[in-house]
Amino acid sequence: MSHLSDVPGWVQGVCGALMLLGAVLALIGAVGVLRLPNFFQRVHATTLASTLGGWAIGVAAALYYSFSAGRVALHPLLVPALLTLTVPVSTFFLMRAAVFRHRLAGTPGVPGSLGSGGEGGDLADRGAVADTDSVVRGRD
Amino acid sequence: MNPIFATALWLAPVLLLLAMACALLRLLLGPSAEDRILALDTLYVAAALLVLVLGVRANGGGAYFEVALLIALLGFASTSAMAKFVLRGEVVE
Repeated sequence: MSHLSDVPGWVQGVCGALMLLGAVLALIGAVGVLRLPNFFQRVHATTLASTLGGWAIGVAAALYYSFSAGRVALHPLLVPALLTLTVPVSTFFLMRAAVFRHRLAGTPGVPGSLGSGGEGGDLADRGAVADTDSVVRGRD
Repeated sequence: MNPIFATALWLAPVLLLLAMACALLRLLLGPSAEDRILALDTLYVAAALLVLVLGVRANGGGAYFEVALLIALLGFASTSAMAKFVLRGEVVE
């Protein structure tokens, strides 16, 4: 097991700066999620933490592990790589669900479907419009 | 020890905990179901990053990296499942 003194000072400086950068970006993203006025603006804020913030902390961890173990250790980079791949996908699902619900609720400012054969026709075919509509409206 | 590193070792976890607190507040407030799911998403990303930072703090000991990977994977699965649930009313059709 290695000790802190094995890692050169400049590596510690770079790691510290990158960890602080990542933490600050995650905090800014979370404050955005808390403070922005509506859902469609909030959904943008969380990507700060999952992209640049994640890579900053991942690179810091990889650099630190590499110097502390005395060999190349890139495995911490798997975490930000995984986040970068998966977070846009789950955010996209969430966004679709939100657009669907807000359209049914008739929230102003939500874009309608493109063309007649698109989303709206799909909804009507599903026969779910009446049920979900009353549920979503009842909540407001 | 380098002063920037010494500062980062305690400041970065504090900042990440603050981020998780903001997300938790949105999770409790969040007017709609989408807001709560988004807050949970933010919460798990911050948690994965926090575990990575704690791993650097622990100086290579423990299984911090594996835990961060698990949080990231399970977070993706849960967010997708909940988004699907909000969209269709059930997860597996």
